[in-house]
Amino acid sequence: MQSIILQAKAIHKQFHDPVTVDVLKNITFSINAGEFVSVIGKSGCGKSTLLYILSTMDTDYSGELLIDSQPMRNKTEAELAHVRNAKIGFVFQFHYLLYEFSALKNVMLPGLKLGQYSEKEVEHRAIERMKKLGIDKLAFKQANQLSGGEKQRVAIARAMINDPAIIMGDEPTGNLDKRNSEMVFDIFKQLTTEFKQTMLVVTHDVEFAQKSKRIIEMEDGRIIRQ
Amino acid sequence: MISRLIVSIARSLLLARLRQTMVAAVGVTFSIMMFVTLLGFMNGLNDMLDGLILNRTAHIRLFNDIKPKEKQAIEKAKDYKNRSHFIHSVKSSGSRREIYNVGAITKAISRDPRVLGYAPKINAPVFFNDGNIEITGVINGIDVEAEARLFFFKDYVTKGNPMDVKTVANSIILGKALADKLLVDIGDRVYVNNSQGERFSLKVVGFFESGLMELDKVNSYASLATTQKIVGKSNNYITDLQIKLKDLNLAPAMAKDYSKLFECDSEDIQTANAQFETGSNVRSIISYAVGITLLIVAGFGIYNILNMMIFEKMESIAILKATGFSGKDVRKVFMVIAVSIGLIGGLAGEVMGFLLSNLIDNIPFNTPALPTIKTFPVNYSPKYYIISFVFALLTTYFAGYFPARKASRVDPVVIIRGK
Repeated sequence: MQSIILQAKAIHKQFHDPVTVDVLKNITFSINAGEFVSVIGKSGCGKSTLLYILSTMDTDYSGELLIDSQPMRNKTEAELAHVRNAKIGFVFQFHYLLYEFSALKNVMLPGLKLGQYSEKEVEHRAIERMKKLGIDKLAFKQANQLSGGEKQRVAIARAMINDPAIIMGDEPTGNLDKRNSEMVFDIFKQLTTEFKQTMLVVTHDVEFAQKSKRIIEMEDGRIIRQ
Repeated sequence: MISRLIVSIARSLLLARLRQTMVAAVGVTFSIMMFVTLLGFMNGLNDMLDGLILNRTAHIRLFNDIKPKEKQAIEKAKDYKNRSHFIHSVKSSGSRREIYNVGAITKAISRDPRVLGYAPKINAPVFFNDGNIEITGVINGIDVEAEARLFFFKDYVTKGNPMDVKTVANSIILGKALADKLLVDIGDRVYVNNSQGERFSLKVVGFFESGLMELDKVNSYASLATTQKIVGKSNNYITDLQIKLKDLNLAPAMAKDYSKLFECDSEDIQTANAQFETGSNVRSIISYAVGITLLIVAGFGIYNILNMMIFEKMESIAILKATGFSGKDVRKVFMVIAVSIGLIGGLAGEVMGFLLSNLIDNIPFNTPALPTIKTFPVNYSPKYYIISFVFALLTTYFAGYFPARKASRVDPVVIIRGK
């Protein structure tokens, strides 16, 4: 039996500035546990907007969103923050590490926030994940001393720290060269196959998308193929 | 609740912007330092000026005032009861200025647990003969020991030994200004006429300087016995009883009680010296106002620096929020930053303020009017340190509140997309 991790029902979003535009129209789909899903589409088709709604950071939409069978409507800001903390891991285009901290501390922060494990255990788990990604040697380097590919791998380790239900990526390879892109893809692939990690990646890199298991293609705020 | 995690994030953000943080903290340090120093110095001066008068003033003074009879003869006449009286025929009688039954009164007073001590005094108006000119003056007959113990008499005797006035017969301590006028030095004799015109010769054994020129021009001190001889009265003649209390604030009520109990007039220190209280209060208010203004300016500094920091840290805030920190957590981080600046800056300010006060305390300050003061007076009351510290924390708290609220409202989507 396959459980549904993420379910979007008739999601609709409008931008009102300067004129009212429908950005997302009637988006309905679901993601099963262990799936590796890519969302592709041209610039401005609304795929990033959709990702921010699915990630609970954007709450200005109509329709229903369920993560792990829990409805996200009518949750307070703090509750949504907790959902992001516990259930969602993020990998962004521009790495978005906190430069004030070491690589290890960056990975640890969401784990410390969740507070499920003691600081020692969180550190142990962080090192474990960094080892898996081959970056355990960088653990005590400051985040701003890392290269682009290294930063992205640290970001992936951070996304994994709380064993999230789903990892979301917003153009995770968009800012990387071919070699690093491939490496990031390989990591994602490994996560789905080895650890049954559910992945949702927004990208315009068709090559990257084609290698994933399932592709959702968007155009003008609609899903045209899935 | 503020967790260790929040504190550690705040610390990292602070250390990453160490120079800005220092500037903000130095602002607080400077204002706290000035606040503490200003108040300490101002109140030191206040204490000194108040001491000039208050130290030497009895908390309660008992005396017999010269005044007309309260019940005029006409009021006793039955025929004119309930009429308006405008005839006041019975005038004041000055024949008895002494306090009646002094022995019993002093015994009662010394048994009162609220009383620290009392000093008897005789107030004798005299004329000092200076060639063919007569200078009006006052001889205060005092019990030197009581006077020294309660009213710091010794501090004001700048030349000569105050005890001599008791041990040397027919001796006198002159106000310095009066002595200068009479052209006498210690060991010389002055000639004094009492109000009946009798002449006495007294030996000068010391000078005193009260700090108030007007007082020094007319006052002199002699022992009780000498003064009683000059005014030609017996040895139980006392015109004033100066009482010092353990608690100054009881004076007005006790003065009234004593007045009724001992059937004499009384005056309390608050009534006699109301203007000094007012002066001190005004000076205190001014220094508080300046100190608080400094702190508020420092508060704006912190506000600016935090605002700038939040502007720079937008991405970090966005990433914290994206990875599961709520707006409340972010607000706490920035509140911790603000209050830490206040805490560190405040503590440093207290220390610097103490050092600066100490420096001022050691600056020589010699003035002939104030014989007991050798350096600038400073008050080290912990009150000012506590007030300023509490105020530093309050200011930084409010200075941090609005930037922190702004940080908590940062929309991560806008930041992450906007890249």
